[in-house]
Amino acid sequence: MTPFDYARAGEVAEALRHGTAPGAAYLGGGTNLVDLMREGIARPDRLIDVTGLSTTIEERADGGLLIGAGVRNTALAEHPAVRQRYPMLARAILAGASAQIRNMATVGGNLLQRTRCFYFYDVDGARCNKREPGSGCDAQDGFNRIHAVLGASDACVATHPSDMCVALAALDATVHVAGPQGSRSLPFTDLHRLPGDRPDQDTVLAAGELITAVELAPLSFGANATYRKMRDRASYAFALISVAAAVEMDGDRIADLRIAFGGVAHKPWRATKAEAALRGGPATQQAFLDAAAAEFADARPLRDNAFKPALAGRALAAVLGALTTGDVA
Amino acid sequence: MSIVDTAKQAAQGLLQSAMEKLVPLAPDSWIPGGVPDPLIARKHGLIGKPVSRLDGALKVSGGAHFSAEHRFDGMVYASLAYSTIARGRIVAIDSAEAQAAPGVVLVMTHHNAPRMAAPALFGSSPTAVGASDLPILQDDRIHWNGQPVACILAETQEQADHAVSLLRVTYAPEPATTTLEGAKANGIEPGVFMGGPLENTIGDAEGAFASAAHKVDHTYRTPRHNHNPIEPHAATLAWIGDELVIHDASQMVSQQAQTIGEVFGLKPEQVHLTSPYVGGGFGSKGLWDHQIIAAAAARLSGRPVRIALSREGVYRIVGGRTLTEQRVAIGACADGTFQALIHTGLTVITPHNAMPEPFILGTQSAYAAPNLLLKVEATRMDLLTNTFMRAPGEAVGTFALESAIDEMAVELGIDPVELRIRNEPEKDPTSGLPFSSRHIVEAWRQGAARFGWDQRSPVPGARQEGEWRTGMGCATGTYPYYRMPGAEARITLTRDGDTVRAKVEVAAAEMGMGTATTTAIVAAERLGLPIEAIEVGYGDSAIPGAIMAGGSQQTAAIGAAVIAAHTALVDELLALAGNDSPLAGLSADEVGSDEGGLAKLDEPGRRESYASILARAQRDSVTATKAGSAPLELMHWSMHSYSAVFCEVRVNAVTGETRVSRVLGAFDCGRILNPKTATSQFRGGIIMGLGMALMEETMVDDRSGRIMNPSLAEYHLPVHLDVPEIDVIWTDIADPHTPMGAHGIGEIGITGVAAAVANAVYNATGKRVRDLPITLDRLI
Repeated sequence: MTPFDYARAGEVAEALRHGTAPGAAYLGGGTNLVDLMREGIARPDRLIDVTGLSTTIEERADGGLLIGAGVRNTALAEHPAVRQRYPMLARAILAGASAQIRNMATVGGNLLQRTRCFYFYDVDGARCNKREPGSGCDAQDGFNRIHAVLGASDACVATHPSDMCVALAALDATVHVAGPQGSRSLPFTDLHRLPGDRPDQDTVLAAGELITAVELAPLSFGANATYRKMRDRASYAFALISVAAAVEMDGDRIADLRIAFGGVAHKPWRATKAEAALRGGPATQQAFLDAAAAEFADARPLRDNAFKPALAGRALAAVLGALTTGDVA
Repeated sequence: MSIVDTAKQAAQGLLQSAMEKLVPLAPDSWIPGGVPDPLIARKHGLIGKPVSRLDGALKVSGGAHFSAEHRFDGMVYASLAYSTIARGRIVAIDSAEAQAAPGVVLVMTHHNAPRMAAPALFGSSPTAVGASDLPILQDDRIHWNGQPVACILAETQEQADHAVSLLRVTYAPEPATTTLEGAKANGIEPGVFMGGPLENTIGDAEGAFASAAHKVDHTYRTPRHNHNPIEPHAATLAWIGDELVIHDASQMVSQQAQTIGEVFGLKPEQVHLTSPYVGGGFGSKGLWDHQIIAAAAARLSGRPVRIALSREGVYRIVGGRTLTEQRVAIGACADGTFQALIHTGLTVITPHNAMPEPFILGTQSAYAAPNLLLKVEATRMDLLTNTFMRAPGEAVGTFALESAIDEMAVELGIDPVELRIRNEPEKDPTSGLPFSSRHIVEAWRQGAARFGWDQRSPVPGARQEGEWRTGMGCATGTYPYYRMPGAEARITLTRDGDTVRAKVEVAAAEMGMGTATTTAIVAAERLGLPIEAIEVGYGDSAIPGAIMAGGSQQTAAIGAAVIAAHTALVDELLALAGNDSPLAGLSADEVGSDEGGLAKLDEPGRRESYASILARAQRDSVTATKAGSAPLELMHWSMHSYSAVFCEVRVNAVTGETRVSRVLGAFDCGRILNPKTATSQFRGGIIMGLGMALMEETMVDDRSGRIMNPSLAEYHLPVHLDVPEIDVIWTDIADPHTPMGAHGIGEIGITGVAAAVANAVYNATGKRVRDLPITLDRLI
């Protein structure tokens, strides 16, 4: 690990003052950043601890929730409003990592966790455009069972590893950001980028910008929702495929719905095509499978991950089957 | 718990006479016509009772100091740099920045490392335990991707690790064989294991197979597996004068000291290696590059060194189980009797070792078939040397064989338990020797009844609840009984007034299995002392003899050595007793031990306590050291541990995810000495088998020969949620031809498990997975 300084920020302005300096990085729970530093992937000169800045979960007048970026994953998953109105989010969080990691990890940090691509992690022995722009991508023709099938580029086929972010993508969340140029808000689905030719940039955040909160819009049918994760062991493994979905029925037709996939792309994948295909239509297994097929029509499977579109479709059909018949576990 | 515990407890009440309490001396060898170990018949004492590990309290309280917890004054910390190419030369190492980094004491490369001999390759002599015979930091050659190329010593571990990241190594790569296809094209050679060819031909197996009424013939593949003991490999060492003192984590203490000594040109007495606690070994806690590099760096720097590998470091320099491609072909009659059994295939070794995964070993003794063809061939790749991993051979060999048996059961429409029993051999099919103790049929019957095997539908996919399909599978596990020569025991009785304590010293290794505890239990029985009066010394190269915690043979090796030393001790005691003793004139075979002394076997009133004998002789202590007898029993019998493994899985029809819901292991492993630690051994082996079945795979990029998942995050082992209730029972039938009637139990647990899982997956889904691991993409 490269030597670094550490400072704890008491307020946002102070964090920004330190955080805009070259080589500075914001520190949340450290469950990803510290690993990356140990591996020599991240080499910040200075860590600005922002865990004390915004740790509250506030009810909004419109029925939404404002979640401070410093809220720990465990606290968010256990919050009564989250469990009742956004159970998809609680389930997504609890599907990830381990209890010990969730106790440390923050909301802001979870948004900024980096890919688990094997080649990204191998600083000494592998090429990776995300880690070292222009060096090449060893995952394209290497081990890529956990890699992207949608939205990837020749430069990068990595996936975003978060479970929580898949739920946030489905829930039309808003990200509040403070920065040297002032504060701004952006739709959650705009926060993460597709790799294009700049896979080193996971998000659209500018240097020094700090996530201060995530806001959940009210969702009338948010209680009829779930998160399902498929992986290689029963716990403590990243998703091969995950599905977040919420459904509102109108008789036997789907009035409205939200769908997002994890494990398929460089960003949490809001499935707008599948939603459009199903909205107002019948809730049949065939319709679900067709919607998934529409979403994955452009999928570009790699050597090891050709199973992903089919698995995603089957999982979506199972999840929507349960949600449209009131059979969700 | 033992299935005969209840009967045993009832029997205990009936056997209280003084004569029956006296334990005669045990025989010094086990050959036809000999007498069994009298401890087999002894129905009281602690043998067979659940005894907690004697070191348990020390371990949970932090009082047990593992190798990386020792400390020397002035100690520095080592960190290694690993090569990033598979084969070639080091052109340059720019260490200027690393040299200048804070805390750095030494940068050692092949340029400045002391000249050392290459370690002697495992098996090249009785004490040689080098994983490979490559020279270490002696030249610019690179032999595998991950080979250590430099070692940095610094005042803290963090400083050493940081300085390593500042090294700039330039390589000249050369063509390397990193694909299986490339290796095959280079050539295939006969597999040789422990000096013998891995081949058995009996009759005309191919001919009999071709003309058989029913056939199965398939190829099964198992991937590479890495060692992941909870304690990463580490050593803390110092040169004190011209002596090398090493606190290591070792399962072959004396041999490791000897081999390291030879590397540095030392006399055996100049190396003192201790290893009282080992955080899991499984075949991996031997001599690798790190101990030798640390000793060289300590010599060069003049400072004591601690080297504790990172988890990645373990993956880079500690080998694991190599891959296999196995063909199993069975030809059978309609009644299920096998006419031909063919088990052949390929395994991968390296240019610098000789350890083909011997996957036919279990098949050699498994089933009656008049025509057998068993053969292991090997090919070589430029990779980290592979090594022993729990049940080398049997763990992966039983996956192929026992999957094929299940396929034949489907082909014939015969219950797979019944099919196995129908092919039970009368004698060893390849050696022709009688079995010393084989009660696998009892294990099958008892296991099937307890597991509820009769609830299984032979029709695949017959049970589905919601998305989950349930299936049951079974398999035979097997592992040989070994007893390696070279074991010695030293027993010292020490008198303090009227009480006597015994110290039993064996050069054994305790990796958490409970060896020291079992040794104390057995020694207490032999000596007629309470277990509290027994101290067991082990894990120290200063103790005479050489015992390896490998091949599941340590308990037998210790047992025979303690028997020999005990006899020598009794001889010594009788000599000391002299003419004034009630024992005067008696020879060792006329006396037995109980209640802290010796008594005449057929006249128990004629007795004297150890304390009294020593007091009269004006001695504070008496010591006897003796080597165990040659393992002649192995020449007369085919000797094995067995298991019948039952497994229930649930496979998700939507996602292909497999979850194991129940496992039962019914073991036939001779007398179980300590049910508590034995249960842990069996369960641990089964859990390791579940990982092998469902998730473990070392990902070696075949372009670079580099391991791409060197961490516990990406190399999947079972977590708690993957491990179901595991039921363990045993026949507890003593083998009359072994010390204590016991068989090894350390490795049998993993065998058969992967096949039982795969067979259960087939029963659940109708899909036969012949390539491990059984991941969800293989089931959708």
